[in-house]
Amino acid sequence: MGMIIQGATGDWEVVIGLEIHAQITTQSKLFSGSPTTYGAEPNTQVSFVDAAMPGMLPVINEMAVEQAVRTGLGLKAQINKFSIFDRKNYFYADLPQGYQISQFLQPIVGKGEILIDLKDGETREIGITRLHLEQDAGKSLHDQHPSQTFVDLNRSGVALMEIVSEPDMRSPEEAAAYVKKIRSIVRYLGTCDGNMDEGSMRADVNVSVRKAGDEFGTRCEMKNINSVRFMQQAIVYEANRQVDIIEGGGSVKQETRLYDPVKGETRSMRSKEEAHDYRYFPDPDLLPLEFDDAFIEAIRATLPELPDEKKARFIGELGLSPYDASVLVAEKEVADYFEAVAKGRDAKLAANWVIGELFGNLNRTSKNLADSPVSADALGELVDLIADGTISNRIAKEVFEEMFDSGKGAAAIVEEKGLKQVSDTGAIEAAIDAVIAANPDKVAEYRSGKDKLFGFFMGQVMKATQGKANPGVVTEILKPKLDV
Amino acid sequence: MTDLTRLTIAAARDGLNAKDFSARELTAAHITAMEAANPLNAFITKTPEIAVDAATASDARRAGGAAGKLDGIPLAIKDLFCTKGVLTTAASHILDGFTPRYESTVTSKLWADGAVMLGKVNLDEFAMGSSNETSYYGNVVNPWRRTGDNRDLVPGGSSGGSASAVASFSAMGATGTDTGGSIRQPASFAGIVGMKPTYGRCSRWGVVAFASSLDQPGPMARSVRDTAIMLESMAGFDPKDSTSVNMPVPNFEAALTGDIRGLKVGIPKEYRLDTMSDALKKLWDQGIDWMKAAGAEIVEISLPHTKYALPAYYIIAPAEASSNLARYDGVRYGLRVEGKDLSDMYANTRGEGFGTEVKRRLLIGTYALSAGYYDAYYLKAQKVRTRIADDFRAAYEKVDVILTPTAPSAAFAFGEKGDDPLEMYLNDVFTVPASLAGLPGISLPAGLSAEGLPLGLQLLGRPFDEETVFRAAGVLEEAAGFTATPTDWWRG
Amino acid sequence: MSLDKAAVAKVANLARIRIEEKDLEPMAAELNNILGWVEQLSEVDTENVEPMTSVADMRMRWRADVVTDGGYVEDIVANAPGHEDGFFAVPKVIE
Ligand SMILES: [Mg+2]
Ligand SMILES: [Zn+2]
Repeated sequence: MGMIIQGATGDWEVVIGLEIHAQITTQSKLFSGSPTTYGAEPNTQVSFVDAAMPGMLPVINEMAVEQAVRTGLGLKAQINKFSIFDRKNYFYADLPQGYQISQFLQPIVGKGEILIDLKDGETREIGITRLHLEQDAGKSLHDQHPSQTFVDLNRSGVALMEIVSEPDMRSPEEAAAYVKKIRSIVRYLGTCDGNMDEGSMRADVNVSVRKAGDEFGTRCEMKNINSVRFMQQAIVYEANRQVDIIEGGGSVKQETRLYDPVKGETRSMRSKEEAHDYRYFPDPDLLPLEFDDAFIEAIRATLPELPDEKKARFIGELGLSPYDASVLVAEKEVADYFEAVAKGRDAKLAANWVIGELFGNLNRTSKNLADSPVSADALGELVDLIADGTISNRIAKEVFEEMFDSGKGAAAIVEEKGLKQVSDTGAIEAAIDAVIAANPDKVAEYRSGKDKLFGFFMGQVMKATQGKANPGVVTEILKPKLDV
Repeated sequence: MTDLTRLTIAAARDGLNAKDFSARELTAAHITAMEAANPLNAFITKTPEIAVDAATASDARRAGGAAGKLDGIPLAIKDLFCTKGVLTTAASHILDGFTPRYESTVTSKLWADGAVMLGKVNLDEFAMGSSNETSYYGNVVNPWRRTGDNRDLVPGGSSGGSASAVASFSAMGATGTDTGGSIRQPASFAGIVGMKPTYGRCSRWGVVAFASSLDQPGPMARSVRDTAIMLESMAGFDPKDSTSVNMPVPNFEAALTGDIRGLKVGIPKEYRLDTMSDALKKLWDQGIDWMKAAGAEIVEISLPHTKYALPAYYIIAPAEASSNLARYDGVRYGLRVEGKDLSDMYANTRGEGFGTEVKRRLLIGTYALSAGYYDAYYLKAQKVRTRIADDFRAAYEKVDVILTPTAPSAAFAFGEKGDDPLEMYLNDVFTVPASLAGLPGISLPAGLSAEGLPLGLQLLGRPFDEETVFRAAGVLEEAAGFTATPTDWWRG
Repeated sequence: MSLDKAAVAKVANLARIRIEEKDLEPMAAELNNILGWVEQLSEVDTENVEPMTSVADMRMRWRADVVTDGGYVEDIVANAPGHEDGFFAVPKVIE
């Protein structure tokens, strides 16, 4: 559901559209053969082409094209078999050519849509306007020297896909869910690592406000936000700022603004504003980008099961709740782990253990799944012990903690700690008789009709057997002994 | 011993094979001629040491029986080709001190075939000009003078240094680049042969870009055969250039069969300008008769959109240039003029680094692409360009080659044209249409003007049919028997 | 369409070319002279005519995704007017 800002003049609706820049997973750059390695020494991942030396020319990377098409298919989008590379002309220190090779009028991917996952498993459809290929720019470092800016071109020419959404989002939560879903899809597809800290995914956020049912208001764009949390903060701040302006009798000016996470506010970026007229025109160093249906179908044939299909299967075939299903499919690694645990076992039970105990302990130790001390097989072994009555659920939690901390196997721990559930009637009967003998008064109360005391006797017996007694067997023997 | 600089490349090749002289002797003779020709200001950078070393290596290869197509042949390189370790300027102040760490594909091919570099030759700044008057390194002078008149004449442009070096016998051949006529028009002004190949035939990698969709490297020399020999070495597929065409390079020299019987030669009526001198009109008719006499069939054709080629060109080329030259910003190479901030540094660097004509074209190009004007100027020009290409396509249904004059006039004196840029642009009226269509064309000297200056005829061919162009040009050259040479007044 | 002084100044700024105040007027005249001459293009009927995208009728070749270049920082900064520890250096940019 949408975010509503209660203004002096009434309720305001927030309208959000996103442009996500995702670094395409490739070995080499979009138009040159230099590497894309992150965090390398300055200008070591740079060719004469990336540095825009005189006479240098671009040659397209086939993998970048393939990845863009693969992503387009993942977004259920229209794939354009004919597209054009244009030059976007502007001057900036980290833009060596003086233009960015991008796609303007004819992008490689057109309209599509995705489902975003909201609280308690509900979903909403968000429109994709387009996806196009373009070059990344270099990096300007302003803090290395008092009077100079340093320029590193390692990123210059790296392949990006810009994914543009329709202005379909109505709250920071929806925007966050959208970014998470795009991230999830590109990682399932292997077309982008989705790493926001390393800048391989950045969002330009367009925000405007309007009274319900009105036309769209004037929007402001906040560029290069690389954290979902910051994005949500920026949207809230910006939306309120716009409402204040309008209700104060002013009007919002369309501009690019910068979000400052430290001050928690957005401010105008005049530097980017001044006279930008990008003078797009088809890059004469390149020809139109063309491919046939066979090329598209070959890629379609390699698509993995995507989060939405997986979720549907988990609900339909494994009987999971929509909430559990969406939690489990968000990350492919988690989904794979869960399926390994659930294989040939009770899926609901498996889901509970993955979402409950596993996630709980991972958070507790701030580990991620990749370095979990408990493998899917190990957790499976534990689930089996519960299923066949070897241990009770309560004991199982104990065992899991131990597995998580020591890395030992479930059976081994149960064995060495002697946690096996006792079903031997003789031993249990003895324990029961002892408890009854020790509590004559409680027995009297029970027999005089206080039958909720049954729980007390259960507890005593379990205590006496360090919880190892099979609760079913205890009830069987205890009940007749009390009800004489 | 005969003056080795007077030989053609073909003759020098035979002499070297016959051991009549060595590559060192041939190179030494040209270094002397190059020095003697200083008054022509054809060279921006001379590289005699490199030349001598290359010649020595060439003699060794020949002795070992491993000589290449152009082994030991001394050439001049237009200073638009990036040459590893050798200053490359594009005749612009903004490239001050720029020494590439890479070698252009075309020059690499020439060196691989054994050619010897004498130096880097002058041109109009960034190849923008038709008289070589816009170079930061000064005007290039045409070796030719009008009879009984010792005023200096322009060599044409933009490959004016190449033309002057070859016509003054300082180099046996030179590389040029042609965007709207920059090989053919100076060849015509200097009485030599210049061939502009089909767009995509020679790699543009490592050639300083002017207008990417038009730029094409090509050879300039003193005979049709010599340009054929050079082109065979320069041409070829280059995976580093997305517009380079993957096609085998024919043996162009073998195309010079001397037989054009049955060849259909088109004469475009739109090229008959009343402003043409009688000498030029006569020369063109003369050319037509020569072709007829050799057994060709003459066909009157129409290229209806010819008059719109120049205005379309003067939008498209500047528009592309405005983007191609954005990289000259004082950050990574060349001139930097400091400013109060980055944007100020850009404006200062580019304001001081570019000459008047370049600035003029960059402003026109920027304007033609700017918001609100793109459709009216750039898009319109590209549509007109399509119609011009269609004109040629239709013509080549009927004919095999097209014969026209190369330029509307002979070489003119410095300052003679006045300062109206448009008057200068008209020099390219006959060469620009084929450039817009990406077609191959050659200019060869066919006669003298009333003032005793060389006049060129141009032959245009179908895309990638340079062979037919060479064949027809060979016949025309034979018939014209042009042997006049400039008096070497510059030796003083 | 005709350019006045202000328009020339705007275009010059877009192109990042310093033009002295006194040169704006003459430059405007020169550009208008050329643009006026270009106007004749409007005489050409370009109804349903595709703008030329490439003279060579060929398909664009694709490069295999392999690392074949880079790794020569000294060659990259060798010609730079300003550079320090492998970076290009320019006057400070304030954002
Ligand atoms: Mg954007
Ligand atoms: Zn973008």
